[in-house]
Amino acid sequence: MKVPAKKRKQNVSYGKWGYIFILPFFLVFFIFQLIPLVSTIYYSFFEYYRDGLTIVGPTFVGLDNYKALFSSDMLKYMGNTIIMWLIGFIPQIIVSLVLAAWFTDLRMRIRGKQFFKVVIYMPNLIMASAFAMLFFALFSDNGPVNSALVTMGLIKEPIRFLSSVIGTRGLVGLMNFLMWFGNTTILLMAAVMGISPSLFEAAELDGCNHRQIFFRITLPMIRPILVYVLITSMIGGIQMFDVPQILTNGTGRPDRSATSIIMFLNNHLYSKNYGMAGAISVVLFIICAILCIGVYFTLNKDDGNEHKKKKKGAVK
Amino acid sequence: MKKNAKKFAGLLLAGSMVLSLAACGSSSGSESTPKDTEAAAEASSAAGDEAKAGSTLNIWCWNDEFQSRFNDYYPEVKEVAADKSTTTLNDGTVVKWTINPNENSNYQNKLDEALLNQESTADEDKIDIFLIEADYALKYVDSEYTLDVVNDIGLTDSDLSGQYQYTKDIVTDSNGALKGTTWQATPGLFAYRRSIAKDVLGTDDPEQVQEALSDWDKFNAVAEQANAKGYKMLSGYDDAYRTFSNNVSAPWVDGTSVKVDANLMKWVEQTKEFTDKGYNNKTSLWDDGWAADQGPDGDVFGFFYSTWGINFTLLGNSLADPDGAEEVGNGIYGDYAVCEGPEPYYWGGTWICAAAGTDNKDLVKDVMLKLTCDSDIMKKITLDTEDYTNNVSAMNEIAEDSTYGSSFLGGQNHIALFAKSAEKIDMSNAGKYDQGCNEKFQAAFKDYFDGNVDLDTAKENFETAITELYPNLTEVVWP
Repeated sequence: MKVPAKKRKQNVSYGKWGYIFILPFFLVFFIFQLIPLVSTIYYSFFEYYRDGLTIVGPTFVGLDNYKALFSSDMLKYMGNTIIMWLIGFIPQIIVSLVLAAWFTDLRMRIRGKQFFKVVIYMPNLIMASAFAMLFFALFSDNGPVNSALVTMGLIKEPIRFLSSVIGTRGLVGLMNFLMWFGNTTILLMAAVMGISPSLFEAAELDGCNHRQIFFRITLPMIRPILVYVLITSMIGGIQMFDVPQILTNGTGRPDRSATSIIMFLNNHLYSKNYGMAGAISVVLFIICAILCIGVYFTLNKDDGNEHKKKKKGAVK
Repeated sequence: MKKNAKKFAGLLLAGSMVLSLAACGSSSGSESTPKDTEAAAEASSAAGDEAKAGSTLNIWCWNDEFQSRFNDYYPEVKEVAADKSTTTLNDGTVVKWTINPNENSNYQNKLDEALLNQESTADEDKIDIFLIEADYALKYVDSEYTLDVVNDIGLTDSDLSGQYQYTKDIVTDSNGALKGTTWQATPGLFAYRRSIAKDVLGTDDPEQVQEALSDWDKFNAVAEQANAKGYKMLSGYDDAYRTFSNNVSAPWVDGTSVKVDANLMKWVEQTKEFTDKGYNNKTSLWDDGWAADQGPDGDVFGFFYSTWGINFTLLGNSLADPDGAEEVGNGIYGDYAVCEGPEPYYWGGTWICAAAGTDNKDLVKDVMLKLTCDSDIMKKITLDTEDYTNNVSAMNEIAEDSTYGSSFLGGQNHIALFAKSAEKIDMSNAGKYDQGCNEKFQAAFKDYFDGNVDLDTAKENFETAITELYPNLTEVVWP
């Protein structure tokens, strides 16, 4: 009786448990990501929308959707998105760098570091749509910001923030900045803390001042993380939707200058125009994929080089 | 033994994960597997057992206007849930309210989705009644998703005889079947502030004010006078829109091309002039500033409003204390009066439609009968709420009643004016694309009024927006 049991034991393959345990992920990925992805690409070659309650299509139209897409204002919306992203990203990266340098500086010994870390991360916890709604109310023509400015005597007439291009884009940028600078600060702090303290000590012994340490040591050492932050933020920026959508009440006004590329996509989805929406999504997918490959290589290149150097050293 | 237990636990975990996945898949409702339908059938049969005690009536609408009419005036109402999400009727039926805001086609999109899935939905969740608005009524009227009120539901011509003809015309489909019915008629008037009219024109008498505003040239002249006294003639850009858009010569869409009417360009011209000369406060319909302009701190001469707007919106906005009593002394209650204004128009209007596939036909019939055909209830609604109801004889009765007056309008009998104006309503140019066209047109020209773009760019932006929204419309023709 015992012998066959032993035999069976020898044949047990533990590998299958590995597959069983990763199965749920692949199932989820397959159903919720891969199938929609493939069907999006598929429908981008079809004319498929709703006219009232009648469904038109799907009829195969080849590349017509792509032709229509590139002859539309897509580049303008791409430009809008990049401008709104930059308005938020430039102050975000500067403030985050400064904060990260301060918080990690051993000589400054800032008190309540933990407290500030929590506070600056807070805005990220609010839903973007709620945040946008709040700004919409705050900066409306007769909102609290305007009435405060008028009572303080700084302005005579209320400023119509959301009716001017600069005001609307500026507010979108400001909101993105407020929401994301905490996150970036924490990432950069981790990067700075990963630098060997001996480098800072050596620099100080050699008589470096704060500025020199920051520009000659801190910045070059955290470059890979900076690139990572830049590219992930860029991908997030391209997908900018909820903030401008809610702030402009879905209109992308004024003069469609606050229409981000995803809002453009959403405009097509209002008429259930799966063909056009699919085409936009495919173009966005390609752009994001290129950016992701960029991240992959920049992150792996440095590691790879170091690895090679080490190997070379070992051989010598 | 131990190993088996481990194996079992592992399977159980994996199984539960897969199951929860499957549950997610079915609740998203895109595809229904045989298993799902089975489950649904089971659920509905279980509900069917309960249905003997009381079934569910699903009503879809976009605000609480019809809900409050129903709760207040439908005779069978037993009790209303504290959060107003359901209403229980005397026979145990539960009325379930689904309210989705109207703006940006939101209500229509959600409703479309539900109607397209109506057949595969369990009986208890099927839409029984949904409400539609004039701007897109034809989209539903000319579809198979609405039931014929006369032949399918069973209202008779004599039941419907008291209603205004135009309210029936607009919801009659191309085959002549009546697909909806309404409790209100929505002629529009110009509601002005008595105190400001006295200051500007020296009188607040509706007839004399009407005399001063009887055509657009006179209207513009009064705007100039009001401006000289420090008042604004209108609150914002879209206020006068309906008076122009209702007096167009053709529907918005002809075949696959959008035809912009010359009258709409007149609106653009007038609004630009008003904006540049400072005759308005640059607000937009329904925004905070617009609502505030109707209140105690407002400096606006008047507002174009139709029937529902006066008792439903204007009254609410005029109060200083919204929770306080609706009486003279609270805000500017009593300071408004109405006159016909420069051109007759209508705005809005809500129709009740019976959804195809309803499992409560008898109840739907009774609701329609009581809330749109019963002249006693109609008269009571008007007397209580000052809304203008869809019953010619009842309205004329009130119009001729010299003792009737609205205390909100300083004792004026506004029903008399509405009754006169209701006769002139012409909805023959309504179409199924109206809501999208109107919204996009107003939005595109707002940039022009704000001075952000020139006229041609505004036109281009309208073209872009409208072809995005309606892919089947290919061109825009300007007058």
